[in-house]
Amino acid sequence: MTQSAKTVLLDVKEASRSFGGLKALSEVSLHIDTGELIGLIGPNGAGKTTLFNLLTGVYPPSTGSIILNNESIGGMKPYKINHKGAARTFQNIRLFTSMTVLENVKIAFHQHARHSLFTSMLRLPKHFKGEDEITQKAMDILKIFDLDEQSEEVASNLSYGNQRRLEIARALAAGPKLLLLDEPAAGMNPNETRDLMNLIAWIRKEFDLTILLIEHDMSLVMGVCDRIYVLDRGMLIANGTPTEIRSNPKVIEAYLGQEA
Amino acid sequence: MKKLNKNFWVGIIAALAFYGVVQVLLTTGIFTDVTRSMLLLIGVNIMLAVSLNLITGITGQFSIGHAGFMSVGAYTSAILTLDYNVPFVPAIIAGGLLAAVFGVLIGMPTLRLNGDYLAIATLGFGEIIRIIMLNTEYVGGASGLSGIPAKTTWTMLFLFTLITVVVINNFIGSTHGRACIAIRENEIAAEAMGINTTRYKIIAFTIGALFAGMAGGLSAHTFYVITPGSFNFLKSFEIIVMVVLGGLGSTAGSIVGAVFVTLLYTYLREFPEWRMIIYSIVLILMMIFRPSGLLGKTKFSLGKFGKKEAKANDAISENSAP
Ligand SMILES: Nc1ncnc2c1ncn2[C@@H]1O[C@H](COP(=O)(O)OP(=O)(O)OP(=O)(O)O)[C@@H](O)[C@H]1O
Ligand SMILES: [Mg+2]
Repeated sequence: MTQSAKTVLLDVKEASRSFGGLKALSEVSLHIDTGELIGLIGPNGAGKTTLFNLLTGVYPPSTGSIILNNESIGGMKPYKINHKGAARTFQNIRLFTSMTVLENVKIAFHQHARHSLFTSMLRLPKHFKGEDEITQKAMDILKIFDLDEQSEEVASNLSYGNQRRLEIARALAAGPKLLLLDEPAAGMNPNETRDLMNLIAWIRKEFDLTILLIEHDMSLVMGVCDRIYVLDRGMLIANGTPTEIRSNPKVIEAYLGQEA
Repeated sequence: MKKLNKNFWVGIIAALAFYGVVQVLLTTGIFTDVTRSMLLLIGVNIMLAVSLNLITGITGQFSIGHAGFMSVGAYTSAILTLDYNVPFVPAIIAGGLLAAVFGVLIGMPTLRLNGDYLAIATLGFGEIIRIIMLNTEYVGGASGLSGIPAKTTWTMLFLFTLITVVVINNFIGSTHGRACIAIRENEIAAEAMGINTTRYKIIAFTIGALFAGMAGGLSAHTFYVITPGSFNFLKSFEIIVMVVLGGLGSTAGSIVGAVFVTLLYTYLREFPEWRMIIYSIVLILMMIFRPSGLLGKTKFSLGKFGKKEAKANDAISENSAP
């Protein structure tokens, strides 16, 4: 499985998923090397989010296999896949709305907590040490996202753009190798979008991340991604560099077909 | 963190002061036996409400079987003190532990269920326990067990109640409690962020059952007699009323709810048929005037954040799958 000295982090082999009679994904194969920033585009209903759901264990693939870091994760429970190093954001924001901004991020650190249930119930010294550690780490992440001043704010009080950023902060807190972002810029204005893209590029370097990014805005994806996969009606119709994708007739047709 | 500690100690000191005052009033005979049994019942109900709040208010798992756990603890500890001469405190703890085992057993299969289905399954559990007791000669069948030594003193009850409140509150205020709240808030996101949601639901049921079982034991050793009917679904419903009335998710609220319902219960003793009607009316009034409960934390108040929340929900409804 050597891809010319690069290491493959994610390898999806002929993964399919049906819902009743609807084939949302048919035999999709793709791979992502460690360190790449890959775009995933396609018209509405193409199956992009469904692919994310398979990658993160929301439901198992009907057929096919998914290999993360040389380990098969197809059908594994979502929390286990998260522990294995894949974290995601959601297209329709799923924050813990009545918890504070800080608490939202703390949840992702839970898996790294070293104080047990009993030390917490009895408030032994280890509990305080463990909690302080989590608080500290969570604040560090919030600072990166400029959300530290709103750390005690209830999550649902944040602006729409900040809620999206908080979701990314939370996913990052889990300490993933592979970060899956489902339309992170949806609903943001052009300024916010540009800032977000710079931020994504920055955390990618800072945290040695591999990123798979779903985005509708073509120009945006073209600007930041190393390679792009294109889905249409559940099938992978193209794969290549932004320049290759831009001039690919199948891609143009898929997008024109959608507008017609 | 420091602020939290200060509140904790203020709470402990207030509780100890309350204990001391009541103790003096009891020994000097200013408090009658009626008041004394009411106080004991309040303690038992606080344990029940705070433990159910962990399951329903914090973890978001609707359960109508809490009286079932209480029943397991009551019968176990009563048999231990009656038939095996086991000392009081170990008997109460043993009752709690067996109830906790039931918490795990009920937890495992039923936690695959959600919402209405979970409610029905827990209701079924409570009723099955009741019917088993009803048909077991060894525990007295319909007439239940009587002559249980009245060993629950005010001091004992106060200690057990205090431990329940402190331990459960400690749990809630830790990363483990936050994991439970995350399940309530958004199960899919909690799971996606690395929370083993099944494990934490079982933990919530187990801890909840442990303290409900001990409450059952303390109650059995207060009132001499237990019958299967003392732990029917109306008792479960009564505990739900306490938690909802106080404000789902708030330990302080559950305590207030338990006190309030116990007072109602005591003063409506002569008119048992009115009780359920009054509970219902109180609940309806609450839904209208204080939808987040008597002490619903401002954090969870709907009025203040309702608008923003509605917006977030719109975003979700645009696509039902995650
Ligand atoms: N849980 C589900 N049950 C039934 N059908 C589903 C489910 N999830 C997705 N689908 C269907 O699968 C198809 C692909 O949906 P998906 O959400 O993956 O598209 P998408 O590419 O993310 O689209 P968009 O750009 O609108 O987000 C759609 O027809 C959708 O209705
Ligand atoms: Mg989508």
